[in-house]
Amino acid sequence: MEPHAPVGERTPVDESALVEALRRGDRDAFATLVDANSRWMMRIALSHVSSRASAEDAVQEAWLRCLRGLDGFQGRSALKSWLFVIVTNCARRRAEHDSRSVPFSELVRREAESVEPEPLEDRFFDDSHRRWPGAWSTFSHGWEALPEQRLLAREVAGRIECAASRLSEGQRAVFLLRDVEGWSSEDVCNALEISGSNQRVLLHRARHAIRAELEEYLEGGEQS
Amino acid sequence: MSCRELVALVTEYLEGTLPRFERLRFERHVAVCPPCRAHLDQMRETIRASGAITEESISPSARDDLLEAFADWSER
Repeated sequence: MEPHAPVGERTPVDESALVEALRRGDRDAFATLVDANSRWMMRIALSHVSSRASAEDAVQEAWLRCLRGLDGFQGRSALKSWLFVIVTNCARRRAEHDSRSVPFSELVRREAESVEPEPLEDRFFDDSHRRWPGAWSTFSHGWEALPEQRLLAREVAGRIECAASRLSEGQRAVFLLRDVEGWSSEDVCNALEISGSNQRVLLHRARHAIRAELEEYLEGGEQS
Repeated sequence: MSCRELVALVTEYLEGTLPRFERLRFERHVAVCPPCRAHLDQMRETIRASGAITEESISPSARDDLLEAFADWSER
């Protein structure tokens, strides 16, 4: 994989034409839009609420709000960034425990700017080590010996989802949109209203947490 | 570049946002350090496995309800 190859980039559709078609009452255009976006919206909703039924309610409500707000939609943000904000708000309102006083975007920004230790800090020799300053003290094993089916198996997906549910809100949102859904980093930044570097900080922490979960699973928990 | 530094920069590297000089330092380290190479591979595998997770969309009945709501909305 090239370092510059974005993960799962998708082609943008002509959104102004689509919005125009919706305003004209084009039912097929709406069906296409719903089909193209409801799946990831379900995923986002599920990351806030605890049941499928309530996630589905949140997604339905988000679509109704989208229609009601369509005339005011300026096209300044991408349609899916807008949908993300709506579905997040709908799902969060349904989740009883949310801290409603803090807007989601503010929560994510604060989190990105908080200072956390680098992941894996405990796995390196000290910088003052005589022979191996700052080198790995506990090695990472390669996973290349693992059969493809195992890595992409349902069980692995389950472990990733489980680890994702333990991430903080900002890390989870960035991880779900960027790595699971394959959005471009630009789209993720727009949806979450954060800078590119803040996005990468959250993504970095999230990916390390997911990697650690897979390590425990794939290597049989031989390293703690 | 130390191993620790490499681990800290791995996301910038994979996202293609490392400045050229840093990228070269990163790649030079990876070329000679098997544990870091394994780490980089693991991060790539993690991203690949994450991208393979599927989710089900809304139910057909919920979709039908939405299309009906759209018809009402467009007649407003």
